[in-house]
Amino acid sequence: MSLSLTPWLVLACPLVGMLTIALLGKKLSPRAAGTIGTLAIALAFVFAILTLIKLQALPHDARVETTSLWDLVNVDGVKIQLGLYIDPLSTFMILVVTGVSTLIHLYSAGYMQTDAGYVRYFSYLNFFVFSMLLLVLAGNMVLLIIGWAFVGAASYMLVSYWYRRDTATAAGIKAFVINVVGDIGLVLGTLFLFKTMGVLDYDQLFAGAHTAFEKDAPELVIAMLLILVGAFAKSAQIPFQTWLPDAMEGPTPVSSLIHAATMVTAGVYLIGRLHVLFEWAPTAAAVGAIVGALTLLIAGSIGLVMTDLKRVIAYSTMSQIGYMIMGVSAAAYVGGFFHMMTHAFFKALLFMAAGSIISAMGGNQSLNNMSGFRKALPFTFVCFLAGGFALSAFPLFSGFFSKDTLLFEVGARGGWYWGLYVAGYIGAAFTVFYTWRMIFRAFWGQPCEQAQVVIDTGHAYHPAEHTNPHTGNEDDPSTQEVEDSEVGFPGKEHKYAETTWQMRYAMIPLAILAVVAGLIQLPFGITNVLSSFLEPTFANTIVDYEPDNSGLEAFGLILSSVIAIVSLACAYWIWVRKPGTSAAIQARLPWLHKLFINKWYFDEFYSIFVVRPVVWIGQWAQDSFERVVINGLFIGGSSGLVKAGSAAVRAIQNGLIRSYAAIVIGGLSIVLLYFLVRGL
Amino acid sequence: MTVNWYLIVSAMIFTLGAAGVMIRRNPLVILLCLELMLNAGNLALIGFSRMWGDGAGEIFAIVVMVIAACEVAIGLGIIVALYRRRLPVDVDELKELHG
Repeated sequence: MSLSLTPWLVLACPLVGMLTIALLGKKLSPRAAGTIGTLAIALAFVFAILTLIKLQALPHDARVETTSLWDLVNVDGVKIQLGLYIDPLSTFMILVVTGVSTLIHLYSAGYMQTDAGYVRYFSYLNFFVFSMLLLVLAGNMVLLIIGWAFVGAASYMLVSYWYRRDTATAAGIKAFVINVVGDIGLVLGTLFLFKTMGVLDYDQLFAGAHTAFEKDAPELVIAMLLILVGAFAKSAQIPFQTWLPDAMEGPTPVSSLIHAATMVTAGVYLIGRLHVLFEWAPTAAAVGAIVGALTLLIAGSIGLVMTDLKRVIAYSTMSQIGYMIMGVSAAAYVGGFFHMMTHAFFKALLFMAAGSIISAMGGNQSLNNMSGFRKALPFTFVCFLAGGFALSAFPLFSGFFSKDTLLFEVGARGGWYWGLYVAGYIGAAFTVFYTWRMIFRAFWGQPCEQAQVVIDTGHAYHPAEHTNPHTGNEDDPSTQEVEDSEVGFPGKEHKYAETTWQMRYAMIPLAILAVVAGLIQLPFGITNVLSSFLEPTFANTIVDYEPDNSGLEAFGLILSSVIAIVSLACAYWIWVRKPGTSAAIQARLPWLHKLFINKWYFDEFYSIFVVRPVVWIGQWAQDSFERVVINGLFIGGSSGLVKAGSAAVRAIQNGLIRSYAAIVIGGLSIVLLYFLVRGL
Repeated sequence: MTVNWYLIVSAMIFTLGAAGVMIRRNPLVILLCLELMLNAGNLALIGFSRMWGDGAGEIFAIVVMVIAACEVAIGLGIIVALYRRRLPVDVDELKELHG
C-alpha cells in the first residue's frame, strides 16, 4: 500500500462504520453497534500507523505527499480537488485522533450499553471521527471547510443527543450557532486569500504567499484574522468560548472525545497548518497569542469556582487550549502540538474518570455533593490522580514536559512574549488549584451517601427518579426536572469503571500515556522524537523556533516544579486540612467570586447585546413585517389578482354545451363577417 | 349550373345544423344537427371539386365522412351510457363540468 492509498483508508473506515451502524439500525444489539464502531476506528488507527511508516520511509526533507481522487471543480482557472495533504503534522493529528477515539469508543461501548439510543450514538460518533479526519487530512481550504462544518454538525448532534432535555437541545443550538459564526469567518478569510492569490491548495498557498503579499500586508492580516475567528470559535477561545461549558450536556464520553481531546483542538491545528501565512502576518499571529493568553487566564479563574464536575474540566480544557493557541500563534509549534497530544491523553482520561464518578453518583454532577470516593472507586481514583498530576504539570508527568516546552519556546522569543510567558505560569498555578480542588473534594473526606452505597453493596447508587442536573439547584435533585424514562442519563443501569471492563481497558492505556507520554520530548534535547518528526512541516518557518537557551529552559522547569508543588500544598491545606478556608476566602472577596461564578458575565453580555436584539428583530418581523407586508401585500395581493382574473374567465366555463357552441359559431361568424366586409 | 347554387344550399344546410346545435337540448338531435353541418361542408367541398375539375375535394369529403362516422360512434356511445345510468337526456342538465 502506498502513501496515496492509506490516508483514504483512514478516512473510509469511520465512514463505513457510520453507514453500517446507521443502516442496520435497531437490528443491531447495543453490544454489536459498539463493537462495529470501535473496530472501525481501531482499523483507521492501524491505517494511520501504516501512513506514518510510509511517511517515515521518505527522505527527511521530502516528507509531504498530496493525493487526489478527482477534481471537484475545474473551471476558468479555479481548481479544487478532492485531495489530501499528508505531511508529518497531519499524520501526527490522525494518529492522535484515531488513537484517542478508539479508546473512547471502547469506553462508550461500556458506558452507553443500556442507553436506548445506542444506534444513533455510535453512528454519530463514527461520523464525528470521519469529519475530524477529513478536516485534518484535507489538501485544500475547501475540503478543510467541509470537514470543519461536518465537525460542527457532529458536535451539535452529540451535544443534543439526549434530546428530551430542553437544556441539551438549547446547548446544542448554542454550540452550532457559535460554530457557524466561526465557519463564516473561515470562509470569508479563505475568499480573501483566494481573491489575491487565486489558489486554494495548501502547497500553492504556502509557496505563493511571500510573493503575493507584502509582509504584514493589511489584506493578509484581515484574511488571517477572519480565519482566526474560525479557529477561536471551534477551539472555544474568548470571545467565542460560551458554548463549550454548555456542551457538557452531551454524554460524558462525547465531552471526552469532542470537547476535550479532538474537535476543540482543530483551531490549534488550523493555525499550525497555516503557519506560513500566520508568520507572514505577524499582527494576526500576535492577536492569536494574546487571545490564547487571555483565555487561559479567564477560563482558569472560572474553573476555580465552578461546582459542576464536568464544567470544571470543561473550563480546564478551554484554559489548556488557550495555552496551545498561544503557543502555535507565537511559533512554539513543537510545544503547542506536544501539549495538544498530552492534553488529549490526560483530558480524555479525566473525563472518563469523571463519567465513572457521575455514574456512581446516580447522575448528580455537583462537587458539593461528592466526597470520599477514594475507597469506593479505587480504580477511578488512580486514573483521576494520573490525569490530575499530568494536568497540573506535576514534575515528571507528561503535562509538565509539554507545558514547559511550550512556555519555553514562547519565552525564548523575548520582547513582549515575556508577558505571555508570565501569563502561562500564572495560569499554571490556577490549573493546579482547580485540578486538586476537584480531586480533594470528590475523593477525600467522609464518604457521601452515594459513595457509601458503592462501598456497602458494590453497585452504583440509584436515585428513586432521575433528574436533569442542569435544571433547578444543582445540589438538590428534588428541585430538578424529572427525566423521561426513555432518554436521559445513560440508560437504566449506571456503568462505572470498577464494574465495566470496556471502561477500565479504555482508561488504562490513557492513564499510562498521561504519565509517560512526556518521554518523547524531554528538555535539553535528551529526547526529541516529536521535534524531529515535525521538523519537515515547520522547516520553512521564518521564526527561529529552536532557540538554544538552556538557562531559560532550566529556569522554566524549576519555576514550574515550584509552582506545582507549592500550589498543590496550598490546595491540600485549603480543601483537606482546613476545609472552611475556601468558604472564608469566598466571604472575603464576594465580588471576585461573583465575577468568576458568573463566568465573567460573557453570557449576560451576549444576551443583552446579541441575543435580545436579534430576538427583538425576529419578533418584530414576525408580528409586523410578515403580517402586513408579506401576508397582506405579497401573498394577499398576488393571490387576489389571480382570483379576480380567474373569476372573469371562469364565468364563460358554465358547463352548458349549447352556449359553448353559440360562442364558437358566434366567433366564427364574426371572423367571417370581418373578412367579408374587408373584401368588399 | 354554377357552383353558387351548391354553395347556397350548403350554407343553408350548415345554418340549419348550427341553429339546431344551439337550440335543441336532446343530445341525439344535436348529433344529427352536427351531421348536417358536416355534410353541408362536404357538399361545398364536392361543389368546389367539380368546379376545379380535380379529385382533391372529393378525397377531403371522404375523410370528413370517416371522421363523422367516428364522431357518431363516440357520440352514440355516450348517449347509450347516459341511458344506462338513467341520467337526464338533456345537455342543459349535464353541466357538471363548469368552472
